[in-house]
Amino acid sequence: MNGAGALDQVFFYFFAALAVVSSVLMVTRRNVIHSAIFLITALLATAGIFLQLQAEFLFAVQIILYVGGIMVLFIFAIMLVHQDVSLKQLRYSRQKWVAGVLGVILVAEFWFALDKGGSLFHPGAPISGGLQPNTEQVGQALFGGYMLPFEIASVLLLVAMVGAVVMAKRRI
Amino acid sequence: MLETVKPYLWPVLFGVIVVAVLPLLAGYVVLLERKVMADMQARLGPMRVGPHGLLQPIADALKLLIKEDIVPLNADRVIFWLAPVLSVTTALVAYAAIPFGPGFQIADMNIGLLFILAVSSLGIYGIVLGGWSSNSNYSLMGAIRSVAQLVSYETAAGLALISALMMGSSLSLRALVMAQQNQGVWFIFCVPIAFFIYLVASIAETNRAPFDFPEAESELVAGYMTEYSGFRWSLYFLAEYANMIIVASVATTLFLGGWLRPLASVHLQIPGTRMEILDLIPPLFFLALAGYCVLRAPRQPVAVQKVFMLLVAGFCLLLAAALGWSLTSAEFLPAIHGAFWFLAKVFVYIYAFLWIRFTFPRYRFDQLMNLGWRILIPLALTNLVGVGVALVLHSARGWGLFPAFLLTTLATLAVAGFLVNEGDKRLKVVAVGANGE
Repeated sequence: MNGAGALDQVFFYFFAALAVVSSVLMVTRRNVIHSAIFLITALLATAGIFLQLQAEFLFAVQIILYVGGIMVLFIFAIMLVHQDVSLKQLRYSRQKWVAGVLGVILVAEFWFALDKGGSLFHPGAPISGGLQPNTEQVGQALFGGYMLPFEIASVLLLVAMVGAVVMAKRRI
Repeated sequence: MLETVKPYLWPVLFGVIVVAVLPLLAGYVVLLERKVMADMQARLGPMRVGPHGLLQPIADALKLLIKEDIVPLNADRVIFWLAPVLSVTTALVAYAAIPFGPGFQIADMNIGLLFILAVSSLGIYGIVLGGWSSNSNYSLMGAIRSVAQLVSYETAAGLALISALMMGSSLSLRALVMAQQNQGVWFIFCVPIAFFIYLVASIAETNRAPFDFPEAESELVAGYMTEYSGFRWSLYFLAEYANMIIVASVATTLFLGGWLRPLASVHLQIPGTRMEILDLIPPLFFLALAGYCVLRAPRQPVAVQKVFMLLVAGFCLLLAAALGWSLTSAEFLPAIHGAFWFLAKVFVYIYAFLWIRFTFPRYRFDQLMNLGWRILIPLALTNLVGVGVALVLHSARGWGLFPAFLLTTLATLAVAGFLVNEGDKRLKVVAVGANGE
C-alpha cells in the first residue's frame, strides 16, 4: 500500500469513528444544546467522508445546508426553550424492552443477509481520479437525466413551504 | 519521502504567512477605522502611541492579552471556551481558498466559493454558542438576533454571488479571476446590482453598522460578547475583522477583478522598454508615501517619533524598491503587483464599510428583516433571471456584452423601483391597521 492510500484509510477511520461516537453522545447527553452540538459534529464527520470519497460538491452542500442552515435553526429553537424544564422531562419512552428486542432482530437480519448473500454484493470499482469536475457532473445529472424527479421534488418542497406559511399566518 | 512532502510545502508556507499576518492586518484595520471615524468627526483619533498612533494596535493587543479572563457563574464552561476559538478558526480557514495573487493561494479548489460559504456559515456557531453559554440575557438576545440576521442575509448574498458564477462559469476563485481577464471586464460593470446586493448583505453578515444588531451598544451592552473579557474577547474581535477582510476579498475576487490591475487589457508601453506605464503606479505610490513620511518627520513632537517616522519611510522605500525591481523580471511582476492590487481593492471595499458605518444611523430590527426578505431577496432573484437573459443574448444572439447587460440591468432596476414602492404601500397599510386596532 502506498503512502496516499494509508492516509486515506486514516482519514476514513477518523471520520467514521467521529460520526459514530458523536451520534451516540447526541442521544445520551442530557443537555439539549450539547446533543445539538454532537449532531453537528456527526454531520461534519459525514461531510468529511464525502470529501474523502472525492465528492467535494456534496461535502460543501452538506455543510452549507445541514450544518449552516438546518442545525442553526435547530439551535435557534432550542435556545428559546427554557433549560430547566427540558432537563426534568422524560427523554425516552418506557419501551426499552420492545426496542431491545427489535434491535436484536434487526442485527440478526443484517447478519443473516450478509452471511447468506454477501457474495451477491458487488462493490463497484472505484473510478480513478474521482469524479472531476464534480459540480458540473451533479448539475448535468440533475438537469439532464433526472429532470422530472428533480422538478417534482422542487414542486413538493414549494407546496410544503406555502403550506407552512398558510398555517403559520392567521391573516394573509 | 521528500517527493510526498513537496506539494504541501508552498501551501503550508502560505498558510503560515496568512495566519501570522492576518491578526496584524486586522489590528491595523481597527486603527484605520478609528482614524477614519476621527476624520469624519473632525478629531485626530489615536495619536499617542507611535507617530499618528501607528503602534496603537500593538499596544491594544498587549493590553487585551494581559487582562483578567473572567468566566461568568453558571456559564457552560466548555462551550464558553470553545465558542471564540470556533469563531476565529472558521474565519481563518476561509482564507485557504482566496487567491491573493496569481501564485499566492493556499489551495485552488474547484468548489472554492462553496468552501468559503460553508466555512463562514460554521462561524455562526461561534456567536450562537458564545451567546448561549454565557448565561446572560444580553448575550442570548445578541446571539438570537445574529442568527436571524445571518440566515436572512446569507440567502441574498448567495444569490448575488451566483450571478458572478454565471459570468465566469466556475466555482474556483482563480478561474473566476481568469475569466474576468479573458473577457476584459470586471464583473462589477456587467452585474452592478449583484455587487450592490452583496455589499449590503455583507455588511449585515459581518454585523457592521448600520446592521450591528447582535452587538447594539445602546440596547444590548455588547451583545453576544458581553460576558467575554481579555484574550477570548479579542478572539471574537479578531474573528469579526477577519470576516470583514474575507467578504472584502470575496467581493474583490468576484466583482472587482481580483489581482488584476485596473485597465488590465490596456498595454501602454514606455518607448524602448517592455515596461508598461500603468505598472509604475504601485512603486510610485509607495515612493510618494515615503516622501510624505520624510517631510512630516521633523514636525513630530518627540525625538523617538521622528526616528520612527523615518523608519516608516524606510519601510515604504523598501516596498517601493521591491515593486520597482519586480518590473524588470517577468516572473515576479504578476505575483508581487497582483498582491498589491488585491490588497488595494480589499482596502477600498473596507473603506466603503467604514464610510457607511459612520454615515448611516442604525436600522430598526423589523426594517432590517423587511429589507432582507421583501427587497433584497426578490431583487436578487430578478437579477439572476436578468443575468441569464443577458448571457443568452450575448452568447446565442451575438449581442455585445454591454448592450445585453445594460438592458437587463435597467429592467432589474425597474423591478427594484416597483418593489420599494410596493413595500412602502404595504408598510403604510400595516401602520394604519396597527393604529385602527
